[in-house]
Amino acid sequence: MRPFAYAAPATLAEAVRALSEAGPGARVLAGGTTLYDLMKLDIETPPIVVDVRALRELAGVDTTGQRELSFGAGALMADVAADPVLMREYPALAESLAKAASQQLRNMATVGGNLLQRTRCAYFRGGLAFPCNKREPGSGCAAIGGLDRGHALLGGSDACIATYPGDWAVALIAFDAVLDVAGPRGERTLALADLHVEPGDTPDREHTLDWDEIVTRIRVPVTPAGRGSTYHKVRDRESYAFALTSAAAAVSLDPDGAVGECRIAVGGVATRPWRCRAAERELTGAVLDEQSLRRAGEAAFEGARPGTHNAFRIELGIRTVAEALRIAGERALR
Amino acid sequence: MTSEVAIEFTVNGWSVHLRLDPRESLLDVLRERLGLTGSKKGCDHGQCGACTVHVDGRRVVSCLLPAVQVNGRSVTTIEGVMGLEGGLHPLQQAFVDHDALQCGYCTPGQVMSGLACIAEGHADDDDEIREYMSGNLCRCGAYTGILAAVREAARSSPVQEAALSRAADCGAAREADDPRES
Repeated sequence: MRPFAYAAPATLAEAVRALSEAGPGARVLAGGTTLYDLMKLDIETPPIVVDVRALRELAGVDTTGQRELSFGAGALMADVAADPVLMREYPALAESLAKAASQQLRNMATVGGNLLQRTRCAYFRGGLAFPCNKREPGSGCAAIGGLDRGHALLGGSDACIATYPGDWAVALIAFDAVLDVAGPRGERTLALADLHVEPGDTPDREHTLDWDEIVTRIRVPVTPAGRGSTYHKVRDRESYAFALTSAAAAVSLDPDGAVGECRIAVGGVATRPWRCRAAERELTGAVLDEQSLRRAGEAAFEGARPGTHNAFRIELGIRTVAEALRIAGERALR
Repeated sequence: MTSEVAIEFTVNGWSVHLRLDPRESLLDVLRERLGLTGSKKGCDHGQCGACTVHVDGRRVVSCLLPAVQVNGRSVTTIEGVMGLEGGLHPLQQAFVDHDALQCGYCTPGQVMSGLACIAEGHADDDDEIREYMSGNLCRCGAYTGILAAVREAARSSPVQEAALSRAADCGAAREADDPRES
């Protein structure tokens, strides 16, 4: 690991100032479970690290609001996952956290930092031996035509097919979450849907934050469809693995059983958290049955581009969406 | 901002003052600076759980914790785990009774994780224990014994937290300095 300077500011304003003075190479440290991990691999080499883990301004979780849920960016994944209101009223959100990582990691990682986790692509993480346009723009992509079993079927480009591996962002994007961000130019709010970008020609750029901005809060508009929701995660093993395919689904049902509100997003299969509006349109006003669930799954994977070893995840993904909707529908009836 | 950072924290009740390179993980500090080699380095990337310790009473993977972040906090390692009478903690005894180890390399992490799993209230049934112990890998495959040990300790020993706090009380306010400091 390269040597670095460590700063532990006492306030958010100090943290913003420290970042701003340090320059674009600086990195924010929260739980460290992504940044410190990548620093061990010399993939991240910041000269300065600004520790925001204990900042009071980033703390606090409120799931009792009438208009919105509010999560401080510094709240721990484990604590948010165990929030009883969240588990009851928005199980997709609670499950997306509980089904991620391990309890040890969830006790360290923050819900803000989790949004910004980086790909698990083995070529990206493997270092200089492997061409990687994300690590070194222009060097090529070893995954395209390589061992691409876990790589993206949606949102990829000729430069990069690295999968966004996170779960929490997938569930949040289904619920139209917004982020509050602080920086030297003031505070702003953006839709989570506008945070991540697809690789295109510039896979080294993964999100729209400026280098001197810090995520402070995640907010989710309240919706009754939250109760009828789930985060369904399919993996090679039962637990403690990234998703082969995953789906966040939320539905509200009219008295006649037709779908009123429908929210679907998929994970583990795309280069960014992937909202499935076509699938939602397919189901709105329809009754949930085997055929309509299947149609929604197929709509979600319309345009999926298989590589060499990952085609099976298209069918798997379709079924994951269908199953997630089936579970969501059952919960909506409770 | 300097390249060396002074921190102060407690380990198993002992007060520790160190000047650290920010690159050092808590695991490396425990093993290399403090001689507490019970916590193991299995993967060094937070993927195996062999390095599991408790910080402020919560289980974490110490290989992914920059040691500078434990300033002002309390750390408990496997060396701080014991029974109320000073012998094996009931969970440790259950590991022995249920053949929950072969080579023993993952075992300190399994025990630290198991203690926390029970204290968190995540040991109500076998499926829950399997899920909440899933962050600890065992290459020897002693999982069924580990499950049985955690199950038994959860059922019969409500005093885990008492045993852990007793470990913290032993040696409270004693000072420990890095022998390399001069």
